Amino acid sequence: MNCVNNPTMQDFAQAFILAFELVFSGDADLIEIIVLSLRVSLTAMVVACALGLPLGAILAVTRFPGRSTALVMINALMGLPPVVVGLIVYLHLSRAGPMGSFGLLYTPTAMIIAQVILIMPIIAALSRQVLEDLNTEYAEQFRSLSIPRKTAMVALIWDARYSLLTVALAGFGRAIAEVGAVIIVGGNIDHLTRVMTTAIALETSKGDLPLALALGLVLLAIAFAVNAAVMSLRLTTGRYANV
Amino acid sequence: MSDNGATSQCNTATLLPLQTTALSLEYNGVRYVDAIDLTLQPDKLTVVMGPNGAGKSLLLRLLHGLIPPTAGQVKWNGLLMDDASRKRQAMVFQRPILLRRSVAANIDFVLKLNGNRDRRDEVLNNVGLLDFARQPARSLSVGEQQRLALARALATEPEALFLDAPTASLDHASVLAIEQIVTRAHQNGTRIIFVTHDIGQAKRLADEVVFLHRGQLAEHTPAEHFFSTPTSPAAEAYLDGRILL
Repeated sequence: MNCVNNPTMQDFAQAFILAFELVFSGDADLIEIIVLSLRVSLTAMVVACALGLPLGAILAVTRFPGRSTALVMINALMGLPPVVVGLIVYLHLSRAGPMGSFGLLYTPTAMIIAQVILIMPIIAALSRQVLEDLNTEYAEQFRSLSIPRKTAMVALIWDARYSLLTVALAGFGRAIAEVGAVIIVGGNIDHLTRVMTTAIALETSKGDLPLALALGLVLLAIAFAVNAAVMSLRLTTGRYANV
Repeated sequence: MSDNGATSQCNTATLLPLQTTALSLEYNGVRYVDAIDLTLQPDKLTVVMGPNGAGKSLLLRLLHGLIPPTAGQVKWNGLLMDDASRKRQAMVFQRPILLRRSVAANIDFVLKLNGNRDRRDEVLNNVGLLDFARQPARSLSVGEQQRLALARALATEPEALFLDAPTASLDHASVLAIEQIVTRAHQNGTRIIFVTHDIGQAKRLADEVVFLHRGQLAEHTPAEHFFSTPTSPAAEAYLDGRILL
């Protein structure tokens, strides 16, 4: 039997079985890691939206000198390498850095900061596109009604809310999946800053495949679940707004 | 733009008459609106006519201040167009631009600007859309959407209302509904400036007709004269049903 003679394949098979057992037994360590991952990335997504959506709206409705440069920059920042973001945040938060006195390095807050920097440009750039398209339709009516610019931006964000949900999701997807930034500023400390991606990296290098695989499965399941939730929300409530 | 003193003066004075002097709009060497001198007195219902590309929509946008002229002026009761005077006007576009919200929320959006939300039902009832209040605005038929756009414009209680071919591509019942609402608004003292291609509609509505041809003002005459004895060759050809280029 080929399979028996191949210990690696057997290891994989066993690892899968153990992984499923871990997921369905509700292993405390696993749950802790999942909860922290979600807490960090969801917080990062909310903060990034709070900053990125208004920025996207401003870029969508205003014309100012240097706007094209700002657009090129924000689009370029969408591709920021996570390790570079991690390094920059590390330099700022480390003892000798300008924000060292806050003692944030190797805390979930540091990880949130890094992920916000990573995904804010994504949310700003994508929402700018969505809102500018909508503004093309609304602008003349808003001008006719003498709508103040701030009211117009809020109205655009509200009316584009279903499209912007997808934008937020893109940001969340990038945050929850990245490993480079959080491992540098979080340090992958057990029970403190260990999230799914850093745990997978660590356990794989240690050869503990069941935990790595279990986390990988959860990560995939979260990605599917979040996408399905947003899709169904768009289909039901989106129909109400007729978008 | 007028200074603050002029603006506050404008708020107390009436908005009309509306006067343009040598009003022009030129892009890339082409004059789309060509030196139009026009005076619109209060209390009339003006219908703007002319073939496609005559500059009717652009003229409306210039009068309403949506686009700046490349030459000439628009003056409302002697004052240059500014934000304060535009707030006293409204415009309904050929294709209704509705917010992706409920019918009621579309009205609330403009009522909130004036801090007065209680009038919503009255506004919707006025255009026969009260029963649709909770429906998504964009699920209405085109005719209903245009009535909602008209209701929203009237909710701002404008002293002047511009309508840019609001009934183009609507069925007879919708056209009639819109005409009735517009006539009622006119009777209530709103100055109406209405663009249409439909000669029958112009006859039903107009007190006076502004006829444009190739960006120029071909004629501006009372309706009773315009339809029986047009003074410009362009208007005569148009009314005869001849193709006008």
